[in-house]
Amino acid sequence: MVEQNQQQSLLGRAFVYSALVLGAVYFLIPLFVMLITSVKTLDDIRTGSLISWPDQITFEAWSAAWTSACIGVDCGGLKGYFWNSISMVVPAVAISTLIGAFNGYVLTKWRFRGSDIFFAMLLIGCFIPFQVVLLPMARTLGFLGLAGTIPGLILVHVIYGLAFTTLFFRNFYVSVPDELVKAARIDGAGFFTIFFRILLPISGPIIVVSVIWQFTQIWNDFLFGVVYSAGDKQPITVALNNLVNTSTGVKQYNVDMAAAIIAALPTLLVYFVAGKYFVRGLTAGSVKG
Amino acid sequence: MSTSTDKRNWGDLVQAMLPKIVVAPTFVATLIFIYGFILWNAYLSFTKSRLLPRYDWAGTQQYERLFANERWWVAAENLVIFGGLFIIFCLIIGIFLAILLDQRIRAEGALRTIYLYPMALSFIVTGTAWKWILNPGLGLERLMREWGFENFTFDWLVNSEMAIYTVVIAGVWQSSGFVMALFLAGLRGIDDSIIKAAQVDGASLPRIYRSIIIPSLRPVFFSAIIILSHIAIKSFDLVMALTGGGPGYASDLPATFMYSFAFTRGQLGIGAASAMMMLCAVAAIIVPYLYSELRSTRRG
Repeated sequence: MVEQNQQQSLLGRAFVYSALVLGAVYFLIPLFVMLITSVKTLDDIRTGSLISWPDQITFEAWSAAWTSACIGVDCGGLKGYFWNSISMVVPAVAISTLIGAFNGYVLTKWRFRGSDIFFAMLLIGCFIPFQVVLLPMARTLGFLGLAGTIPGLILVHVIYGLAFTTLFFRNFYVSVPDELVKAARIDGAGFFTIFFRILLPISGPIIVVSVIWQFTQIWNDFLFGVVYSAGDKQPITVALNNLVNTSTGVKQYNVDMAAAIIAALPTLLVYFVAGKYFVRGLTAGSVKG
Repeated sequence: MSTSTDKRNWGDLVQAMLPKIVVAPTFVATLIFIYGFILWNAYLSFTKSRLLPRYDWAGTQQYERLFANERWWVAAENLVIFGGLFIIFCLIIGIFLAILLDQRIRAEGALRTIYLYPMALSFIVTGTAWKWILNPGLGLERLMREWGFENFTFDWLVNSEMAIYTVVIAGVWQSSGFVMALFLAGLRGIDDSIIKAAQVDGASLPRIYRSIIIPSLRPVFFSAIIILSHIAIKSFDLVMALTGGGPGYASDLPATFMYSFAFTRGQLGIGAASAMMMLCAVAAIIVPYLYSELRSTRRG
């Protein structure tokens, strides 16, 4: 009887593990296919199959994707677009996180009449489909002289990221005891002193969550990028899509795959280095969006 | 003497106003860039705007044109197909993996990392990868034929009947790990003592799952479905990268429809009207959700 139970549970364990490994294979295969395709020659791709091992490993496709692949009429590779994305992401993440931190601070420690309604109004901003603001924003950016520029994209990403960053910091500061702030106020500490001396030093984890969330969102954005940028000012996601869907000449699948991996590298790197915080942002942020 | 009190009063006033001053930019931005823009877009949808916005009232003309447009109904139908299958498969795979991962597994952390990494990718990257894997000539089809299935054909990507299902395949791959994370968190939150008590009473493991664990995960089901349907309605990048909405417009979704009419075909009015329809769809899902959330937080 006991033996039978043991056997049964051994069988159960075997089933559990094999299903889990199968799951891992399912998620990893596309990445594997991308990687080996990116180091094959075109001939190798034509004669081999999706998962066949490359005859010889070459990084030509990678260097082509970075420096010489044609995106529209411009044949300079992804390089320039990669830097576009960097110069868009860094300020947008920094500004939206900073403002979000202050908003969260006010909404928890300096609440005023109407602050809850303000927060609710802001939260709804997490949910709206951005299609509904695309046209007015296009007119506004044109009016401000920011159409088709990186500062324009930064502005858009800051505005529509604020709801999330505010939410992160608000939910974090809610759990900081109010007594701490009250005591500091009695001691004569002002608004900024309390923020920089008491709240900010303990905000490390939530800053990481907010930065990672915003970084991933903005780096991976395509909608705003494709609508509000043009020519050589486009972010990398738009450039990648143009590269892959350019229909002139021979289709270079190896270059496509190398380009896709290049576009994915920064966010993947962040994910593998700080996955814990990524997941926290995901579960906190995506409940609201 | 009096100036110094004035100064102090002035200083106090600024101190008292500071919190409001600090949130004011966000408040103004929210009013203008969210609510103002929604109204602006709503107004545009009631004008004759085509290539350029025009602001003379034209009634519901654009909505009539939208609803008479066959392409819009293809997009709407695709959203139902895509949304439905996307949600169902994400839930099945996500729950299944979460339950398995919850069985005190070795290397759980590594497996979780693998299951969730697609969430860090751009939909454009995911679309590019699956576009290659599903390539009618060189992709999966070639692989299966090499494995001995001589007559295996897989042309969904260029088949207008099936193209929308390739979007489902790629979307499920990207998002099911996330559903797993939601459910795993839910499973970990269940009180162990109830399960132990059931075990003592001799309930089998499947029975425990069926009558205790799954029912207590109802809130997780609820929020997972909300989030997934929200992702589905907003889906844009994946379609653009995978099929471009094609062949023809066979795999269009409302989001790609809106983009194409508003920004490439010079039909601002129809674009604005379709965006309003998307807003209504999201509102129909989110408003009841927010309402029940707020009610439960007030109670609790």
